[in-house]
Amino acid sequence: MGMVLGTFSMHTKQVTYRTDKVDDELEMTMVSHRPEGLEQLEAQTNFTKQELQVLYRGFKNECPSGVVNEETFKHIYAQFFPHGDASTYAHYLFNAFDTRNNGSIKFEDFVMGLSTLLRGTVRDKLEWTFHLYDINRDGFINREEMTEIVRAIYDMMGKYTYPALKGDVPKQHVDTFFEKMDKNKDGVVTLEEFVIACQEDENMMRSMQLFENVM
Amino acid sequence: MAAGVATWLPFARAAAVGWLPLAKKNMPKPPVDKKSRNDEILFVNVSGLRFQTWKNTLDRYPDTLLGSSEKEFFYNEDTQEYFFDRDPEMFRHILNFYRTGKLHYPRQECIQAFDEELAFYGIVPDIIGDCCMEEYRDRKKENQERLAEDTEAEMATDTPLPPESTSRERLWRAFENPHTSTMALVFYYVTGFFIAVSVIANVVETVPCRPLKGSKKDLPCGEKYTLAFFCMDTACVLIFTFEYLMRLFAAPSRCKFMRSVMSVIDVVAIMPYYIGLVMPENEDVSGAFVTLRVFRVFRIFKFSRHSQGLRILGYTLKSCASELGFLLFSLTMAIIIFATVMFYAEKGTKGTNFTSIPASFWYTIVTMTTLGYGDMVPNTIAGKIFGSICSLSGVLVIALPVPVIVSNFSRIYHQNQRADKMRAQQKVRQARIRMAKKGTTNAFLQYKEEGGFQFRDNDSALCLKNRSSFEHQHHHLLHCLEKTTNHEFTDELTFSEMCMTESVGYRTSRSTSISSQQGLSTSCCPRRSKRRAIRLANSTVSVSRGSVQELDTLQVHKTSIGHQSRSSLNARTEDLKLNCEDRDFTAAIISIPTPPANTPDESLPPSPAIPGILRNSRCSFTHERVKISSL
Repeated sequence: MGMVLGTFSMHTKQVTYRTDKVDDELEMTMVSHRPEGLEQLEAQTNFTKQELQVLYRGFKNECPSGVVNEETFKHIYAQFFPHGDASTYAHYLFNAFDTRNNGSIKFEDFVMGLSTLLRGTVRDKLEWTFHLYDINRDGFINREEMTEIVRAIYDMMGKYTYPALKGDVPKQHVDTFFEKMDKNKDGVVTLEEFVIACQEDENMMRSMQLFENVM
Repeated sequence: MAAGVATWLPFARAAAVGWLPLAKKNMPKPPVDKKSRNDEILFVNVSGLRFQTWKNTLDRYPDTLLGSSEKEFFYNEDTQEYFFDRDPEMFRHILNFYRTGKLHYPRQECIQAFDEELAFYGIVPDIIGDCCMEEYRDRKKENQERLAEDTEAEMATDTPLPPESTSRERLWRAFENPHTSTMALVFYYVTGFFIAVSVIANVVETVPCRPLKGSKKDLPCGEKYTLAFFCMDTACVLIFTFEYLMRLFAAPSRCKFMRSVMSVIDVVAIMPYYIGLVMPENEDVSGAFVTLRVFRVFRIFKFSRHSQGLRILGYTLKSCASELGFLLFSLTMAIIIFATVMFYAEKGTKGTNFTSIPASFWYTIVTMTTLGYGDMVPNTIAGKIFGSICSLSGVLVIALPVPVIVSNFSRIYHQNQRADKMRAQQKVRQARIRMAKKGTTNAFLQYKEEGGFQFRDNDSALCLKNRSSFEHQHHHLLHCLEKTTNHEFTDELTFSEMCMTESVGYRTSRSTSISSQQGLSTSCCPRRSKRRAIRLANSTVSVSRGSVQELDTLQVHKTSIGHQSRSSLNARTEDLKLNCEDRDFTAAIISIPTPPANTPDESLPPSPAIPGILRNSRCSFTHERVKISSL
């Protein structure tokens, strides 16, 4: 009986040893990152000092380490869209913000992105959106990329929609988009085509202004 | 939604620009936020300790007090800060919740105080972080158990019976709580005595007595003095049967009573006798009958009604059922293993005792519990080795669950002690409340005597000035009540006089009271001379329950009365009057809490509370005039 008990206790010791190692690894990654100075950021973006302060306080409170990785980003974004699956779109959004492509968003990236979206010129915003759609960063949006984006957006809606989502709805959406944007019908949309097409759409221009007061 | 996410909302909304090219329809207009964009620092003053925080921080949780517009109610324009008259130490934790998103429970604080603070600030306790959740839950459960026990204990035995209780209810009360009446106590002791007699008789029955003349064999006393033992047995069984039937009659729920453990024990204790009476003197059946007599020993369990300790022990065993079960299971496992091993180890030996595995069970049990009778011993070396391993492990296995059982027992025992302490404290508290209530009455009566409800000349005004505005208002309120009901407050002596001379239902004359409404000075004189009686609907008296009944009427408001009475008692002592008599107690302790409780007004339907108080006042033991009414 004692031997049995002994072997049980030895087994548990092994388990704890393994978890200790994992903890060590975690600690090594908890390096905190500090952003550039406030003046520099103010110069680079279109925000005032107070706005930057408010933004940074919120950012630092949520991510004390100073960086956001993709998992956290997906998690946060999923909180806003609980009905469906926001992880795919969050992935593309993360890539759009992560201009340096190193897998994490620092405060500067965050603020730059926001500055473009909220305080930038129309052209800036459209460029940003183009980069969001252009998944592989080759300068062209082709049908597959667009379909991916559209499907990701529809995923966020979830299952319970009215009218019910049918399988070919994303495809139709993509077709409409390409009809509008692809002027020379070569199957891809370039940045210029995109910008021109959007500027011609008055409704879109009006809608863009609506988002200026978010911050 | 997790609160910290509120920080990211502007970002998510900004990212919505990415949907614009794809949008099939126009975007809706965004909500207009009228508040200023700039973040500002808010000042929060909690009982003098000033906290500062960003407005944004508080806005993170909009469904709490600090995060919503409810805090505007606490805004002080002069000092430009939010003032809360609460515990500043606790507020630190509340504010940290806003800052970090995690609520921590401070271990040194009382769980109830913490819960109250959370309730005030509108924070749900479920968001306590994992680090503190276990501690919080444990203490909360402990506290709830304690409260449940206390209310249960109060409600169970000490509550006074309403006067309309039937004889059945009274009988049941007498059985459950023997010290309520002398008869019950007598019965309690008589049954205890007879249980003891019965058990002793059972034991002595089997002792060998000197044999009858002419016979050499020693007889057990039971067979020598058959008649004597039979008479004793009959007497005991009669008492037990009578008791059981009485309990059955008095029980509020007969089915539940019959299923309870004590009643089953009662039945098992007396059944053998009746079966023995009924059964014929048959050889075959008498063997079974002898077995049945074993059940008579169960009478000893009837003692558990008489002994608190036995009940605790029984309760402990019940609550440790899982540990005991584990002990049994592990023992069984070990026994089987070792018995098998020993059997096969000793199989070769000639003339061995280990004839089969079940036969080895006996050896294993005796060895594991370190009894070691020695009737079975291993002879082979392997058998001896395994035998020693068996005895060593036996000690371990038995020692494991014992601390758990012991700690359970200790906890239950302490709970019981606590119940007794609580009862003692209750008595003290009730005595204090009684004195305070008397004070209120006397104050009011004296107030009326002096015609206090209108301002007089300076002499009596001296007396009046010493009363606080609170007392003035309180007395005015009682006065209004008198006017409303058209009856007056009076004291016990006068009332009992009235009752003796006249029948119940004496009405006061109305003219004086009506005239006093116009504030005439003549109103006080009639009152001083003639004390009117309050008409009572039911005025039965029960003597011995006076002090305890107060518990009944006030126990619902016990918690609120408790701490308020203490603090206001301290505050009031400086209010003693200069030249007024000392019988005029500091009043108004009970006046604070819940209004609907105990109006003396008999135009209301007589609730159980009212006669309770009335009865109590009648039985109070001091010579001061005791008031009948109270608030």
